[in-house]
Amino acid sequence: MKFSKSVIGGVTLASASALVLVGCSSSDTDTEASSSAETPTGDMIITTNGSEPQNPLIPVATNETGGGKIIDSIFAGLYYYDATGAPQLEVAESVTTEDNQTFTVTLKDGWTFSDGTPVQAHNFVDAWNWGADPANAATALNSYFLEVIEGFDGYNAEEGASNPEMSGLKVVDDLTFTITLNAPNADFPTSLGYSAFYPLPDSFFEDPEAFGKAPVGNGLYTLADAADWQHDVQIDLAVNESYAGEREVANDGLSIVFYATQDAAYADLLAGNVDVIDGIPSSAMATYEDDLGERAINQPAAIFQSFTIPERLEHFSGEEGKLRRQAISMAFDREQITDVVFQGTRTPASDFTSPVIAGWSDSLAGAEVLDFDVEKAQELWAEADAISPWTGTFELAYNADGGHDVWVDAVMNQVGQNLGIDAVGLPYATFAELRTDVTNRTIEAASRSGWQADYPSLENFLGPIYYTGAGSNDGDYSSEAFDTLIDEGKSAATPEERTAKFQEAQEVLFQDLPAIPLWYSNVTGGYAEGVENVVIDWHSVPIFNEITK
Amino acid sequence: MLMYVVRRLLQAIPVFLGTTFLIYFMVFSMPGDPVLALFGDKTPNPAVLEAVRAQYNLDQPFIVQYLLYLKDLLTGNLGTTFSGQEVTEVLKRAFPVTLKLVTMAVVIEFVLAVVIGLVSGLRKGGIIDNANLVIALVLSSVPPFVALFLAQYFIGIKLGWAPVTVGANATWGAMLLPATVIALTIYVTGMRLMRGSVIEAQSADYVRTASAKGLTRRRIIPVHVARNSLIPVITNTAASFGALIAGTTVTEGIFNIPGVGKVLFDAIIRGETATVVSFVTILTILYIIVNILVDLLYAVLDPRIRYV
Repeated sequence: MKFSKSVIGGVTLASASALVLVGCSSSDTDTEASSSAETPTGDMIITTNGSEPQNPLIPVATNETGGGKIIDSIFAGLYYYDATGAPQLEVAESVTTEDNQTFTVTLKDGWTFSDGTPVQAHNFVDAWNWGADPANAATALNSYFLEVIEGFDGYNAEEGASNPEMSGLKVVDDLTFTITLNAPNADFPTSLGYSAFYPLPDSFFEDPEAFGKAPVGNGLYTLADAADWQHDVQIDLAVNESYAGEREVANDGLSIVFYATQDAAYADLLAGNVDVIDGIPSSAMATYEDDLGERAINQPAAIFQSFTIPERLEHFSGEEGKLRRQAISMAFDREQITDVVFQGTRTPASDFTSPVIAGWSDSLAGAEVLDFDVEKAQELWAEADAISPWTGTFELAYNADGGHDVWVDAVMNQVGQNLGIDAVGLPYATFAELRTDVTNRTIEAASRSGWQADYPSLENFLGPIYYTGAGSNDGDYSSEAFDTLIDEGKSAATPEERTAKFQEAQEVLFQDLPAIPLWYSNVTGGYAEGVENVVIDWHSVPIFNEITK
Repeated sequence: MLMYVVRRLLQAIPVFLGTTFLIYFMVFSMPGDPVLALFGDKTPNPAVLEAVRAQYNLDQPFIVQYLLYLKDLLTGNLGTTFSGQEVTEVLKRAFPVTLKLVTMAVVIEFVLAVVIGLVSGLRKGGIIDNANLVIALVLSSVPPFVALFLAQYFIGIKLGWAPVTVGANATWGAMLLPATVIALTIYVTGMRLMRGSVIEAQSADYVRTASAKGLTRRRIIPVHVARNSLIPVITNTAASFGALIAGTTVTEGIFNIPGVGKVLFDAIIRGETATVVSFVTILTILYIIVNILVDLLYAVLDPRIRYV
């Protein structure tokens, strides 16, 4: 998962600036201001917002959006995802398998890195092995994605032991290699477009540290000169002339400006100083669609928001817990909260995935627990009380640095009123503090959780969070029925069968509600006058290469 | 004089040690694990966690971490950020930008305080004095960030008279708007101090002596009244210099200025102890130096003050 903290900066200022900007925003167009935009020089450089990468610019070391935006622009993988999220072959000529466990990858001939060296099978294999090597664990923050490959047992080996090669990877010849997984996974090729699977040139292995400051890739754009990366300020990417894929770049370069706050980026957009931004500050939520008109962007993203009520909490285990979870889920009005609190920039959830993913459905059996139905909620709650009477206060923990207080209060108010119990939000000062308590299982309350898909797949929203023992299974949920369906889906022969199994698995979740679905985050943004062909992809990022102005 | 400076500098050493210790301790005791936060909502493999902690000495007890930091600090190695940049590099980039912004704000503030304070003091109780008081009250009751947002919206976006954000273009001109706005929200204290001491000075013996011996008003006001009234204003300005540098986070956030505030804010959120402590240490040193300079300036302004 890539996560974004750029929101945080804006939050402290948000409430106050809302007072200011609501008052002075008007719908007339800023024609005189936008004249200060760049004069046409023949260089069509697209400017956009971003943030200083938190980690070195190495694909497997990048797990947050600031670096991710750059990495995805300067590297190309075996697949790329088109606007709809469908994986399309890029460096790979073909990826074939007979048993969903061993895959044979054939590369296209003629791809080179921007330093001129060819992109060959060993560039993929070596890059993945490097990421899996425990010696590099402190850098390879996204090595998690490589865990499915056979031989990724370095972390379980004795301390300090280096395990530089995974047995599941074999180079056959310059343009062919095979991948063997721990277990069958029909979804695996879909994940191969993700950044953790990008290739690395030979020069990387000589000095990874230097590479992280001046990366050499094979993507649409390139960091022509390390000096084009002005730290904490901006990064300028040039079009990569040696890119050999089928995507076309319609502009002459990309300049990603690192904004301290979303408010600053939005101010620049209003003044026409930035071409496209993919985040609207909360202070402008109510007005940006008026300010920007047709240039406003607001569409669902692959981000699922929920809150988790762990089994181990008192009154939330077994049959009683099931009833109480369902009651809570039906006791608040998702529609109203997304409209009022979020001004329509969230879409009420109807499953556990996201509408931008193929296989999403709003008519799964059991989805009625997401309806607002006070009577039914009270009935269920009374049933649970019959098993063991409710005591105490229902608390929902959240990080106060992420702008969550308003919706948490709204949800808790409705739950409290409709069920006749005490329900309150439990703020944690920082995200780090909340995650520490959640990870150590020392939290004695429900907690908010969000999930952004790494690659467009239903399974990516399910297995990593609800499978028994999965890394992000914060509520320690365990269901045999669910696990079986996920396993079956992963080894299914056809995509249709796979989708059916994953949908069935969600029907199990609707019964147990290990997490209570809230809504899907929308991607909000906008672009300046005169900017054209702005399409936001499934991953909430503008497709930069198609933008013109 | 020299002895005095040396003594003051020696006094700065325990202050410096105390500050770094306190800051290090505070960042250390900040609730939440910065390493866990690096992974967002995803729980990382325990071995990965251990490896990252070891790299930043986060697996050591507090006092060991602090001593290791101090050792590195004395050898000129301030550590690295999570992205592998040298903290010294980050410092070199961020500090000049913020110094530019703050210097400009302080100069504007000082000029406003002295000029308006002097005029008000000379015309005590008059229309100008009262008008100044009202304007000052209005300006000082506007929270700085509100003023900054308003200025950015109207002067930057609507009128297009000034750059909306600064970003890569951190020149004096680009930062004039935020610096002026900051100056306008803080000049009031200095202005009232100036006015008070001007009024006091006008009835002081040495001013009466000066007029009695026939000096013109054009000579008395700048040389006798104004000069002697400057001391409290300078103290106030020096104090605000330190506070301003520390308080740039808001300004730099709104105008996207790549300075200390922006970097420090990010570092605190990420829990990058090395960056936070180094920045605060440099801020402390700056503060100490500014204070020594101010003390020396007193002697220049007031002949009765002598340092031995």
